[in-house]
Amino acid sequence: MSGMQRLIVVVAGIALLGLFSFSAPAMMNDYFVRILTVMCINAMLVVSMGLANGFTGVFSLGHVGFVGVGAYVSGVLSLSASAKASYLPDLPAWIAGLHLSFLSSTIVAGLVCVVLAFLVGAPLMRLSGHFVSVATLGFLIIVNVVLINADDYTRGARTFTGVPLQTTFPWAMGWLLLALVVLARIVYSPKGRAWRAVREDTIAAQAIGIDVLPTRLSAFVIGAFFAGAGGSLYGHYLGSFSPAGFYFAYTFSLISMLVIGGMQSMTGAVVGVIIVSILSELLRNLERGFDLGVVAVPPLYGASQIVLGIIFILIMIFRPSGVMGDLELSFGRIAALLHKGRKE
Amino acid sequence: MAKPERARDEAAVAGREPSAAALLEVSDLRVNYGAVAAIRGVNLSVTAGEVVALLGANGAGKSTMLRTISGLSRPRTGRIALEGEAIHRLPPARIVRLGIAHCPEGRRVFGSLTVAENLRLGAAARADRSGMAEDRERIYAMFPILSERMTQAAGTLSGGEQQMLALGRALMARPRVLLLDEPSLGLAPLLVQQIFRTLAELKAGGVTMLLVEQNINLALDLADRAYVLRTGEVSLAGSAAELKADYEAVAAAYLGARP
Amino acid sequence: MSTELYIAQQIINAVSLGSLYALVAIGLSMIFGILRMTNFAHGDMMMVGAFGTLVLQFMNLGFGWAVLGGIGIGALAGVVVERVAYRPVRGAPEVTLLLTSLAVTYILENLGILIFTSSAQNFPLPEWMDSAFQLFDGQITFTQINLMTVALTAVALGALGWFVTRTDIGLGMRAAAEDMGAANLVGLDVNRLIVVAFAIASGFAGLAGILWAAQAGVVEPHMGFTPLLKAFVAAIIGGFGSIAGALIGGYLLGALEVFIVAFLPSEISPYRDAIVFILLIGFLLFRPNGLLKRSQEVKL
Repeated sequence: MSGMQRLIVVVAGIALLGLFSFSAPAMMNDYFVRILTVMCINAMLVVSMGLANGFTGVFSLGHVGFVGVGAYVSGVLSLSASAKASYLPDLPAWIAGLHLSFLSSTIVAGLVCVVLAFLVGAPLMRLSGHFVSVATLGFLIIVNVVLINADDYTRGARTFTGVPLQTTFPWAMGWLLLALVVLARIVYSPKGRAWRAVREDTIAAQAIGIDVLPTRLSAFVIGAFFAGAGGSLYGHYLGSFSPAGFYFAYTFSLISMLVIGGMQSMTGAVVGVIIVSILSELLRNLERGFDLGVVAVPPLYGASQIVLGIIFILIMIFRPSGVMGDLELSFGRIAALLHKGRKE
Repeated sequence: MAKPERARDEAAVAGREPSAAALLEVSDLRVNYGAVAAIRGVNLSVTAGEVVALLGANGAGKSTMLRTISGLSRPRTGRIALEGEAIHRLPPARIVRLGIAHCPEGRRVFGSLTVAENLRLGAAARADRSGMAEDRERIYAMFPILSERMTQAAGTLSGGEQQMLALGRALMARPRVLLLDEPSLGLAPLLVQQIFRTLAELKAGGVTMLLVEQNINLALDLADRAYVLRTGEVSLAGSAAELKADYEAVAAAYLGARP
Repeated sequence: MSTELYIAQQIINAVSLGSLYALVAIGLSMIFGILRMTNFAHGDMMMVGAFGTLVLQFMNLGFGWAVLGGIGIGALAGVVVERVAYRPVRGAPEVTLLLTSLAVTYILENLGILIFTSSAQNFPLPEWMDSAFQLFDGQITFTQINLMTVALTAVALGALGWFVTRTDIGLGMRAAAEDMGAANLVGLDVNRLIVVAFAIASGFAGLAGILWAAQAGVVEPHMGFTPLLKAFVAAIIGGFGSIAGALIGGYLLGALEVFIVAFLPSEISPYRDAIVFILLIGFLLFRPNGLLKRSQEVKL
């Protein structure tokens, strides 16, 4: 597929999705729009998580730590002055005076996470295998502890409320598309090939001169930016949240989306989000109990999570590369599909 | 490999075989490592009391052969039988219990455990636990140095001592067939002589062995018969005497040039 | 209160806490040693043991029996998890094993929520445990729970030591932890050894959970999460995979935590957990093989 054709496909795709996101509230009821919005946010988080994880062989469990930081940073910045005064009376003056727009606070959140990721990643990305996972899990805990204890800034373990509900479907879709385009450009560039080489065989990669540490660090940092931005989107979607919402449960949720969809490709990440979100919704509705006619199944709160966990394990056993496996929705494939259509 | 050669080797083997039925019999074995065929249709047999040498260049499939017999690798097709009973689908623990002990390449003693503990482990899979003390004494008698170092960690032993320990550990299983993978590897010539003297004593005592060895001369001196493997197939087989006499045939079998 | 007595009290606290960390860390190191696997679900065995004891007490079993039963249930849970979730993926890349254990944690904790609800349940103790020894005019308190913790831990550790050095299975486990391939070669039944390792490790964790619940007075489904990560720190400090290391690491960590809370300014106390994990990261970077020398390389 030529460069021109690719550009056309990309622009067309973006235009279509953009159109869809603006017109969706008119076409479908609010419940579905909300689900789609969350799916976009999660997709952005999962794809950025997959960047560090799937592509460089390092499994970071701390991604949600960045999401939490992003949510709180942007939340504090976009609270109106009066809200700040009532909820966070002890904020230092320079922050209390700040009031940023949605876009600015999201970007700032992302940038704060970039800096944080540099500081955290520089030492951690040297480690390997399970050590990284344990260390990044430690990072998640540290973030949690700090969020709970720095209550001048965060209201501690209590609910942080008052965040303006500015995340509409178009915003979420827009950020997701931005993330996809940026990450796709990176992953399929020569640099991206280097990253994938690092995942496949670290020692061989070093042997041909690819420096492992900067590669992993860059993936980690870029992933963190989108995690922070995504956190802001999530915060402005929920309106109120607490540190517990950015801890293990959310981490596992995102990981299951990544794994079930397929860790090796961006399409896998998106597919995983769709599958797990739909499944979760369905199962959650069943949790309230249902009547099979012959028997009545009582409410089993928490059962949906268990089912999800079991599915996760089954995937690990029978199809560890996820639903998508190694496949990626690439321009080549799109071209092939279009050609097939044209032939018929 | 062309058919006529294979038929010739099979005939050679069949002609030399004693009338007693084979203790260990490998039939048409094929073993893959992933996509690579490591063993491509090998037939070999070992009769009770025999020492059979398995020769060949690196990568010919010799170690794979032993690992498959021990149950550490699964064959794709083919059959391995111990006294007629198929063993190629059994787990390694069962195979040891049935009487095949493997003295691995590189010794692989348990460095953090003592000499005595290593020996005790050798008998771990043994079905018959009586007589363990006597067996231990016999091994200490065969390798006095091990007796001296009984409570020392195996990792502190020298290469030669570790080889003796590995051998002793395999013997503790009271095996019917002893698989030896490169016992001379990495050892000084003097130690190698010592090891092979011990092997000769064992042979005199009636131990059946399948010996993989790079040192052709030592191997052929000890063995009754030998096979040469090349890229996963038997390229030459015969009695040790024959092979010793026909050096060129052996070299050709190693390297692939047909005489 | 005089300084010596204050220190003595803190030592009692440190030993008590350290025992719990040691019990969990030993199991973690044991599983890693034999399977090269980071078992995130290990912490939930604490919950299983504690809830098991709770349920048995409700069924009117005496406290002593309930404790033994809880430990047994913990051990059994570990064996079941290994058989159902870990054995099918044995030999898979590290990431897969890690993720599978995350999934098991998720399932177990939600199962706990499903059965017991997510709020904390009271963990009743028999009356004779309510008393404490007061020494030096009440300046030092040595509770029955402290006593039970130290005593049971000592018994467990002693039994483990005997088991690992004197029995054939223990010997086999040590061999398999050092060289799994050679263990297979000498005909050890590796599956059985792994089952035993999981049973012991999970039983220990169950005991730790019961003691933890006794000290805290409550049980809840997430109780194992933070102790698990602390146990990681302890195990890594002592050298991941080494049972002796986990033991030492557990007590060192207990001492460190007590030190932070007791001797450092009180503003820092809430950040105790954060400090512990910074310490962990420090170790991983500069001394990944722990304090005791082990011959494992840590590759990039």
